Amino acid sequence: MGKQYETVIGLEVHVELATKTKIFCGCSTEFGGAPNTHTCPVCTGMPGSLPVLNKQVVEYALAVGLATNCKIHQYCKFDRKNYFYPDNPQNYQISQLYLPICHDGWVEIETAAGKKKIGIHEIHMEEDAGKLVHDEWEDCSLVDYNRSGVPLIEIVSEPDMRSADEVIAYLEKLRLIIQYLGASDCKLQEGSMRADVNLSVREVGAKEFGTRTEMKNLNSFKAIARAIEGERTRQIELLEDGRKVIQETRRWDDNKEASHAMRSKEDAQDYRYFPDPDLVPIWISDEWIARVKERQPELRSEKLARYQSEYQLPQYDAEILTGSKHLADIFEETVNLCRKPKEVSNWLMTDAMRLLKEHGKEPEDLSFSPENLAKLIRLVEENVINRTVARGVFEAVFAENVDPEKYVEEKGLRVVSDEGALRRVVEEILEKNPQSVTDYKAGKQKAMGFVVGQTMRAMKGKADPAVVNELVKELLER
Amino acid sequence: MDILDLTAVELGRKIREHEIRVVEATEASLAQIEKLEPQLNCYVTVAKEQALKQAKEVQKRIDDKTLTGPLAGVPMAMKDNMCLEGLPTTCSSKILENFVPTYTAEAVKRLIGAGAVILGKTNMDEFAMGSTTETSAFGETKNPWNPAHVPGGSSGGSCAAVAANECFYALGSDTGGSIRQPSSFCGVTGIKPTYGTVSRYGLIAYGSSLDQIGPVARNVEDCAAVLETIASYDKKDSTSIRREDCDFTAALVDDVRGMRIGIVRDYLGEGLDDEVRDAVLAAARVLEEKGAVTEEFDLSLVEYAIPAYYVIASAEASSNLSRFDGIKYGYRTKEYEGLHHLYKKSRSEGFGKEVKRRIMLGSFVLSSGYYDAYYLKALRTKALIKQAFDKAFSRYDLILGPAAPSTAPRLGESLQDPLKMYLGDIYTIAVNLAGLPGMTVPCGRDSQGLPIGLQLIGDCFREKNLIRAAYAYECTRSYEMPDLAKQAREQEVR
Repeated sequence: MGKQYETVIGLEVHVELATKTKIFCGCSTEFGGAPNTHTCPVCTGMPGSLPVLNKQVVEYALAVGLATNCKIHQYCKFDRKNYFYPDNPQNYQISQLYLPICHDGWVEIETAAGKKKIGIHEIHMEEDAGKLVHDEWEDCSLVDYNRSGVPLIEIVSEPDMRSADEVIAYLEKLRLIIQYLGASDCKLQEGSMRADVNLSVREVGAKEFGTRTEMKNLNSFKAIARAIEGERTRQIELLEDGRKVIQETRRWDDNKEASHAMRSKEDAQDYRYFPDPDLVPIWISDEWIARVKERQPELRSEKLARYQSEYQLPQYDAEILTGSKHLADIFEETVNLCRKPKEVSNWLMTDAMRLLKEHGKEPEDLSFSPENLAKLIRLVEENVINRTVARGVFEAVFAENVDPEKYVEEKGLRVVSDEGALRRVVEEILEKNPQSVTDYKAGKQKAMGFVVGQTMRAMKGKADPAVVNELVKELLER
Repeated sequence: MDILDLTAVELGRKIREHEIRVVEATEASLAQIEKLEPQLNCYVTVAKEQALKQAKEVQKRIDDKTLTGPLAGVPMAMKDNMCLEGLPTTCSSKILENFVPTYTAEAVKRLIGAGAVILGKTNMDEFAMGSTTETSAFGETKNPWNPAHVPGGSSGGSCAAVAANECFYALGSDTGGSIRQPSSFCGVTGIKPTYGTVSRYGLIAYGSSLDQIGPVARNVEDCAAVLETIASYDKKDSTSIRREDCDFTAALVDDVRGMRIGIVRDYLGEGLDDEVRDAVLAAARVLEEKGAVTEEFDLSLVEYAIPAYYVIASAEASSNLSRFDGIKYGYRTKEYEGLHHLYKKSRSEGFGKEVKRRIMLGSFVLSSGYYDAYYLKALRTKALIKQAFDKAFSRYDLILGPAAPSTAPRLGESLQDPLKMYLGDIYTIAVNLAGLPGMTVPCGRDSQGLPIGLQLIGDCFREKNLIRAAYAYECTRSYEMPDLAKQAREQEVR
């Protein structure tokens, strides 16, 4: 029998913070914008410019640290990481090495294997780099510094994870915490959350860690899971062949489901870190920490409990709804508008989830307004439309955030409960289907269902089902 | 009366009293520049048209009384490491020869707000690295007292321009003595204020934790007036300090009775030129006669200041100067293959020898495995030096000593032996490491006729002690001007 291997994984997660302005200047952090329009002498590294720290960055980093049970370096500093690259206008990145703001924390995750604590080694603050645009026609590269100086935190975990499941659970946990704090929207696809995976394997029972590699370019949870599987297999094959794992940085190609080496430890750069003399050390007072704690918004666990007690939702529903801050926000705002928690929950849990799945999207992508969902619920409640029609209206709300009231009017979707009109339709159907009358009279109840169905179909679903039922019964028994 | 005989504050008064027009003063300075620049090379850029235009605008604002300050309308010069919107800012380096900033240094902005007329940008050692103004990519500046000698550095252009009447005052910057040493060599007065007093925004950094902008002028009053104008808290500079006591001209009092002055014994020993020692001690006696109490003492740690300084300043410089890479602005090599070749070639061709030497030294002391042994040790030494000064200032109101071991050396002498040149900074460097204010005032001349400077050092935020003592001393002397400057004024402009 072959050897049994254990995978050891640690993560470096970069999160773009949701501040309005950059970390060291007053430029906007807004995504998009024509190249180099959100820039100034500071974030383009012009000579003589100086950085000034955005206090909100410290508050967000502090909030994330406190929510992940970290200790705080109350005396903390920024260091320069020196390396040459054109996306880095000063040729050094302002980061934290010696005294990162948060350290020694943990979060609890839950997988099929049960609950487990994942250690957080440190969280530090740093600035993002610009973006290189390669112009193949002109054979040159251009730099857009709009992103240069956007604040980031890097969350470095301990090597505590042992499977892709645990990694995904850890990332989902971090994402929820950070989204709940309002510190970032944490979108993997857009790059506001990025994870690098450090992975090694060792024989089960071994005390020492194996040689690790670092995997970059992971843009989705699925890619992360595939990359972990791929790298685990690659390393085990190397060891089984009697070869060695080389400490190196690798780049994952999710299309090829394979990775290739970017650089090995031997050509690792010496970043010549030293404290940035342009920035003064930060002193985080006990009062400041207390204030951030006080302002800490409701976290997921608290919300989960409240949904069950305040809204009487089953635990399962509450877990799904609080599983995304955005979804929970839509839920609460809609409930505030229509006061029907169970009804709102049903729409989100069934129709919204189904549509997300069909379109391959995440709850973060929901783009309709709570007002429109509340309107839809009211239309059903007031019997302006029936449930079947309502599901169609919801699809339009989901896709284009339409105003349900206008939509129902424009498309003529109001329920028809006019007895005269309906009577004529039922009579017509009975004439075409004499067998139904015979069957019904012979005691076959199913025949009534058939007639009701035919009527609803003729009415394109808009008939009031109660009225139709009554009419069909009356006419069959005539 | 010759306009050029006036000090900055005297000229300001006459302009306010409408005895002299701003344009007249500006033209007088520009004429002197035109006559002397071929010999002295104090300026990298003379902004003649811009200065005359500015002079007219300032005159208007003086006339309608929106400008009433002491320096309104006074023509000045600024060292070429401070940004001025629309004018090349080169740091006397080839790598920045075509760099025109879109913003103005905060200290300069404050002077412009006070009605300064900017004549141009003065020459310096490349990126302020040097003690002679010979490392400039645009030729060395010569000492107006004797053009065969250096003016000192790195603010050599500013100090020589003031001495030669090519401006009424100037801004310099001081990282390890770059205002005080050339002031000493050129026979002018200069102040390096407490670290954090003047905003560094727009000053192209050499050693960020040591750099300070300060005034260079003909006398103490002018220096105090300029410093009062440029000192201010600036939220764009995180190391800027809020100070209440920036009314420096209030310290222009001819009274040193009871002032306790410490004379650093370690500064008077081996390596100090006899004539400089005699002049400095004579100045101490003058202050004593005026009622100050002087005492010799051992500062200690003096020999560690130079290595600590060169480690810290070079480390910071190696990182500060990495942005000059030929990508975004400044010099880019003509031909290259790929990114790294572009970096290497542009930087190899764009930087001078001394700058490269310090970048390499700085990169070395920060590299992994050496950081603790050099950089961290230098930071600890810096902290110990500060402690030694703290101890001294518990006993003295100010410290007195020479500004440099000798008078200005001959051109070409210093660069042959950089280590000897570094040792020349021995009396000025510790002041930057400790963040203290320091000042140079002229205290005589040597047998060759070259000026000697007296250095006064104060505790943090105690510039007023320096100004008071310097002013009291200055009251016993008359201002000396190099013959070259006097002769030039008599010549007709061609």
